[in-house]
Amino acid sequence: MLTRTAGPHALLVEVPDAAEALSLATWARALPVDAVEVVPAAATVLFDGVPDPAGLVAALAAWSPSGSVPSGPSVTVPVRYDGPDLAFVAERWGTDEAGVVARHTSLEFVAAFCGFAPGFSYLTGLPQELAVPRLETPRPSVPAGSVGLAGSWCGAYPTSSPGGWRLLGTTDAPLWDQERPSPALLPPGTRVRFEAV
Amino acid sequence: MNADWTVLAAGTLTTVQDRGRLGQAHLGVPRAGALDPPAAALANRLVGNRPGAAVLEVTMGGLVVRAGSGRWVAVTGAPVPVAVDGEARAHGAPVWVPAGATLALGTPSAGVRSCLAVGGGVAVEPVLGSRSTDTLAWVGPPRVTDGTVLPVGEPTGDPRSHDTPRPPRPGRLRLHAGPRADWFAPRALERLAGATYTVRTESNRIGLRLDGPALERVRDGELASEGMVLGAVQVPPDGQPVVFLADHPPTGGYPVVAVVDEADLWQCAQLRPGDEVGFSLLARPR
Repeated sequence: MLTRTAGPHALLVEVPDAAEALSLATWARALPVDAVEVVPAAATVLFDGVPDPAGLVAALAAWSPSGSVPSGPSVTVPVRYDGPDLAFVAERWGTDEAGVVARHTSLEFVAAFCGFAPGFSYLTGLPQELAVPRLETPRPSVPAGSVGLAGSWCGAYPTSSPGGWRLLGTTDAPLWDQERPSPALLPPGTRVRFEAV
Repeated sequence: MNADWTVLAAGTLTTVQDRGRLGQAHLGVPRAGALDPPAAALANRLVGNRPGAAVLEVTMGGLVVRAGSGRWVAVTGAPVPVAVDGEARAHGAPVWVPAGATLALGTPSAGVRSCLAVGGGVAVEPVLGSRSTDTLAWVGPPRVTDGTVLPVGEPTGDPRSHDTPRPPRPGRLRLHAGPRADWFAPRALERLAGATYTVRTESNRIGLRLDGPALERVRDGELASEGMVLGAVQVPPDGQPVVFLADHPPTGGYPVVAVVDEADLWQCAQLRPGDEVGFSLLARPR
């Protein structure tokens, strides 16, 4: 666990991967540590708004990697598998479109972190051998509710935006609603399954 | 009678801002908040508001509002002509606006963003604990447009024309070493601090985009997405630094060479395209 400073009131902690980042962030929030923001990402956790960085470093020394992804509440996301990249993914996976749907709905994903846009969750759980490359040129506008893959990440766009993910289908699930007390449907730690509709 | 204030002309960009939306970065929500916090705090002090009251942040002037209820107001930040029913009033001082009167802000003679505080604060509904509008993802109250009706709160204190410390003076932006300073050539921080950069027109509430000597990377490859702090000096592949401001994305994928001290970030709110900006290096921690 390597700790880097990001100015006088923030620490960036490096860990091996997203699962460990989520594990550390979950552990630190439960302590709780004295930080305004605890932001897990692909292989780091940012602690921002830290009044006592030295004290935080000392507290974090008690954490040890668990090797398992912390599991939170479970959410099922209904998907219409009608995405423009379904055939591309089927070819990469050496199957047909029904095979992609069967594989995608059989996996359990975990929301590792949010980024890119409010409520956009980076979901782990796709085996490395099923990783797919991003589009060479991002689409100028990906519709809200699009469900896609990039590398070994899975994600769903809460709002319309440009994007380079390979799109499998569309969901009507309310991924982001800022009027809700918990606006993100899939905050870090959520276990996610997809269901064909 | 309706006591709300009505926006007759919103200008180029006017948003409601308070001290920002904290504790939501892990959900991908930018912090937002007034880009020039000392100006917002001064405006609130002048009209007797609590420090966290919401103000209007007005970009390049041009705001015209009609007061539904009489209130003290104060305009701070970028110096603009202030008029009530066409009569000139002071910038940086409490000004009484009677019910039914029209308050107009002209074009700033310097700087970019003016803050308008109204006694009682702008009382739009908070979203996730804040009245700030984020212009990256548009979380928060909607952008102020022509015809927007703004509820105004009940005054919580009396106006003060004296005992207000002057706004800080502009100077070089002081830098701390960033978390990825080691991705850059040795002495990259010193080179950044010794150079002069020009503010690019693409600058906004998300970032201050700069043009000048490119910062050379010594480590290739992509940085995995990681958390970004306010004031992060992010360096994309073209080597031209971007200083992350209030509406910056909570995570990003380019290495951060340095972090601008929070006390100096207000200056970034007031730099115009074409302005020159310099940096100075604070002692490296540990």
